[in-house]
Amino acid sequence: MDEILKIEHLNKKFDDLTVLEDISLEVKKGEVVVVVGPSGCGKSTFLRCINGLETIQDGKILLDGETVNPPLGNIKNYREKIGMVFQSYDLFPHKTIIENLMLAPLKVQKRNKVEVRKEAEELLEKVGLSSKKDNYPRQLSGGQKQRVAIVRALIMHPEVLLFDEVTAALDPEMVREVLDVIMELARQNRTMLIVTHEMAFAKAVADRVIFMDGGVIVEDTDPKSFFENPATERAKKFLSTFEYNE
Amino acid sequence: MGIEVIFKGRNLIRLMEGLLVAMKISLLSVVISIVLGIILGMLMTLKKPGITFISRIYLEIVRIMPQMVLLFIVYFGFAKMTGINLSAEASAVIVFSFWGTAEMADLVRGCMASIPKIQYESSTALGFTRLQTYVHVIIPQIIRRLIPLSINLITRMIKTTSLVMMIGIVEVLKVGQQIIEANRKSAPNAAFGVFAVIFLLYFLACWPISHFSKYLEKKWEN
Ligand SMILES: Nc1ncnc2c1ncn2[C@@H]1O[C@H](COP(=O)(O)OP(=O)(O)OP(=O)(O)O)[C@@H](O)[C@H]1O
Ligand SMILES: [Mg+2]
Repeated sequence: MDEILKIEHLNKKFDDLTVLEDISLEVKKGEVVVVVGPSGCGKSTFLRCINGLETIQDGKILLDGETVNPPLGNIKNYREKIGMVFQSYDLFPHKTIIENLMLAPLKVQKRNKVEVRKEAEELLEKVGLSSKKDNYPRQLSGGQKQRVAIVRALIMHPEVLLFDEVTAALDPEMVREVLDVIMELARQNRTMLIVTHEMAFAKAVADRVIFMDGGVIVEDTDPKSFFENPATERAKKFLSTFEYNE
Repeated sequence: MGIEVIFKGRNLIRLMEGLLVAMKISLLSVVISIVLGIILGMLMTLKKPGITFISRIYLEIVRIMPQMVLLFIVYFGFAKMTGINLSAEASAVIVFSFWGTAEMADLVRGCMASIPKIQYESSTALGFTRLQTYVHVIIPQIIRRLIPLSINLITRMIKTTSLVMMIGIVEVLKVGQQIIEANRKSAPNAAFGVFAVIFLLYFLACWPISHFSKYLEKKWEN
């Protein structure tokens, strides 16, 4: 059994509003799952439930066979194993880039400072930002900040990475540099759930596409079938809204 | 110019003593305001209806009532109501702390509210506990925003202290007034010189504080 993440009959409500309804999904180790769907269909909420930022009303989320939501005891330990990068820039503005990267490994994982600094520098090198390590987030472009945010998640050695529209707030010319980093992670066989509106990227990076609409999973298929031959009318309609952009 | 009356007899020493009294009142009020303001500001962010309601009324009273009116109420009204005679200095400290606490609480509340939700969420997502999130991420950011603002408040409090001469504290402006009165015959132009010196004294008290606040603001902008 190589399922790393398992979601069973997940239900999520905000007061009376049902946002996710009976979602079940199994993600294999090394699988890249792209989640697409119209605005407001519950994609962000879905990711937030997975790392316990939202409480759930029904169902279960398991990581490595252990329940993480609803939380049993020490959810913090699971959060380290699930990295998340958000749409809005969320670096710590009072810390330099290298401090942003080192804070959680030092304080949460209590790792060795020398070793953490070395890893942080190596990771920055890989995303081409070595020269920025002593700068503050405000001195970086949006694309650079998002690359740092990805590295900040990676340095925790997560088993699963969640990306929520990490390029949506970027100027078009910066989208590429961020997507390239995620593509590279896919090549390293990282397990990832990616929410995106970049359809060309989705097609290129995905092992599997989940199409959500109105809080349910409408299609769960491989990228070729989804993009070239969607099974449902809703998916066809959704894809047709992108035709002018590509 | 009349400046020479300043250097006559004990006049300069009296002016300095006056400034000292003013500084003492400001300092005491500032310390009380900062401590109480931080506590109240934090209570206000809890969004408990009772606290929100009471603090709203409190802030509104402070906003509407001129400090002078408050001073008169405390200095004269309190004595009448309770029979206890408050010293002018004590009344001044009470009124300035009453005012300063409200301003400080509002600054603290504003700073806490200005930290985006995503800062809490990404810290949580990285595995920080609630306490760690506050210690390493939220509070350092609040302090950085708060320091220049509270220094600005302190500067304003020092300036406003001159109001207390209205109820008879021997304080800079009052001393100045006395010097002018005493020298009306010998130096009819003394007013200009005396007020120039008072201006200088206030400037010397406030300028470094204000400059320091600008420096911090620049250093910590983000
Ligand atoms: N904290 C909240 N309280 C109440 N309703 C919420 C909350 N967060 C999200 N919702 C609602 O839940 C639904 C799903 O929101 P969600 O952000 O998950 O959608 P999404 O698919 O990520 O949309 P987008 O593509 O625009 O990011 C929406 O109807 C939204 O209004
Ligand atoms: Mg979203």
